[in-house]
Amino acid sequence: MTSDHTLTVERLTVGYADRVVIDSLDLLVPPGRITAIVGANACGKSTLLRSMSRLLAPRAGNVLLDGREVHRMPAKELARTLGLLPQSPIAPEGITVADLVGRGRNPHQRLLSRWSADDDAAVAAALDATHTADLADRSVDELSGGQRQRVWIAMALAQQTEVLLLDEPTTFLDVSHQVEVLDLLTDLNADRGTTIVMVLHDLNMAARYADHLIALAGGSLHAAGEPAEVLTEECVRAVFGLDSQVITDPVSGKPLMLPIGRHHVAGERVRLP
Amino acid sequence: MSTTTTLEAVTRGRIRRGRRRRAVLTGLAVAVAVVFAVSLMVGQTFYPPADVLAVILGETVPGASFTVGELRLPRAVLALVTGLCFGMGGVTFQAMLRNPLASPDIIGISSAASAAAAFGIIVLNLGETGVSVFAIVAALGVAVVIYLLSFKDGVAGTRLVLIGIGMAAMLNSATSYVLNQAGQWDLQAATRWLNGSLNGSTWDETVPVLLALAVFGPVLLAQARNLTMLGLGDDAAAALGTRLERTRLLSIVAAVGLIAFATSATGPIAFVAFLAGPIAVRLTGPGGSPLVPSALVGALLVLAADFLGQFAFDTRFPVGVITGVLGAPYLIFLLVRTNRAGGSL
Repeated sequence: MTSDHTLTVERLTVGYADRVVIDSLDLLVPPGRITAIVGANACGKSTLLRSMSRLLAPRAGNVLLDGREVHRMPAKELARTLGLLPQSPIAPEGITVADLVGRGRNPHQRLLSRWSADDDAAVAAALDATHTADLADRSVDELSGGQRQRVWIAMALAQQTEVLLLDEPTTFLDVSHQVEVLDLLTDLNADRGTTIVMVLHDLNMAARYADHLIALAGGSLHAAGEPAEVLTEECVRAVFGLDSQVITDPVSGKPLMLPIGRHHVAGERVRLP
Repeated sequence: MSTTTTLEAVTRGRIRRGRRRRAVLTGLAVAVAVVFAVSLMVGQTFYPPADVLAVILGETVPGASFTVGELRLPRAVLALVTGLCFGMGGVTFQAMLRNPLASPDIIGISSAASAAAAFGIIVLNLGETGVSVFAIVAALGVAVVIYLLSFKDGVAGTRLVLIGIGMAAMLNSATSYVLNQAGQWDLQAATRWLNGSLNGSTWDETVPVLLALAVFGPVLLAQARNLTMLGLGDDAAAALGTRLERTRLLSIVAAVGLIAFATSATGPIAFVAFLAGPIAVRLTGPGGSPLVPSALVGALLVLAADFLGQFAFDTRFPVGVITGVLGAPYLIFLLVRTNRAGGSL
């Protein structure tokens, strides 16, 4: 049941006002895998994600979902296949968790259609998957940051799309909640075959959780591929302008980047067995 | 994936919230009907329901035919429909801009309609239709100007509200100027165009507002779900299949239409558009669309305030004075809260 939707970006150029943020970018998102987009601040990560979900119109080039231009697809039809959790969505004051998650059903509903049993089932499944079922009747305002992020992910799950884009889903979360959210997305990918594309700030989390890593630098593709191929000392220097040492993470076997600043660097570089 | 207990809880919760919403809507509709009926029966002379009903059905009842048929009925109907228009139009702006202060009577859109109507009637001697058209053009124009002035990397709610408040002050002084220049600075005209009044309501004023409600009301109701989605922020709403520009355009035109037609008949009845939405959301809970509950709250506010203004005090007060007294403390409360929250609502 792995998602086989292909999402490709062809010679995409996007910008705001008179500033070009992404310049003639080509990308291929591997179907049914977890892809993480990494890069320095203002390198166009969020812009790329927003134009992939047609929130931003391209100046040139295309974003294609199964070969169709997303910017020409009917809004609801696209939203039944491709979901996006933006960086800072707003919870209406006083709304309950169940109601908020229910809004994820919007693309499946028509103008006068009534709420159906399918909608209830989708909301219940999303609450269960994100372990938020016991919060269903609580007001979103009362929740902690970690709970709230799980509820937003539940809303995106209720949308039941086979491709899910997430813009920095772990920002503002402490490390245990970051791991919890990324584990949850990994479960989703493993259980339902959902194609996941997320922008992540933390390079090491990205390398650990993604099957496919995309490194952007200055609005262009620097490297893309498996984390072990992409996350190298040269890449970190090119993308972040930072010296580093990349070792093998003893926990995951994935690459782990240790930054080298001007201070606190021992004479000999760290050598782990 | 889902366990049956979660599914049952979800279904139960949805049914419970739906039941509450229906109960509130029914209660509001009944309250509107009761105040409407009472305002037809009660006055200098009391007429029993049977007389009132006979007049409505077109029979001739001595005394009642004139008092109820020509005075009370047009007034009550105008109060009802302007209340519906103000309530629905106001909450549309508040929902669209995600800010309770962004109601058309705070940000100058009602003031624009009012200034245009006063100018049209007093200076240009326009007829009913001319005044309504002039008011809606002016209100749309001012809505566009406020939008453009507050545009800087997108529209920020707080900036729009502040520019709108300035615009409202300017337009209100324009209204005073027109009233002054025309030498018709009588209390009647002044209260109507500055605060709103139902005094001297006629069917000629009521019909255009009814038509506006019949045209723009359904347009807004068709956008109800999209407007609710906008509450999640533009990106989330768009990602869930909402067409932002189309929703905004249709909602602004329809809401400005409702406000402008209602205002050109009664003046900007103070704070009804501003109060109806928050009261309705408080009553129904924030889950569903606030359009219909706000319309009902708006109607209830106008009907009840007009009734109180006429009979509760030694002096007769126009409806806008009563709603103004109700709305002002809430405005102060919101401004204080905005200030404390560092300008974000």
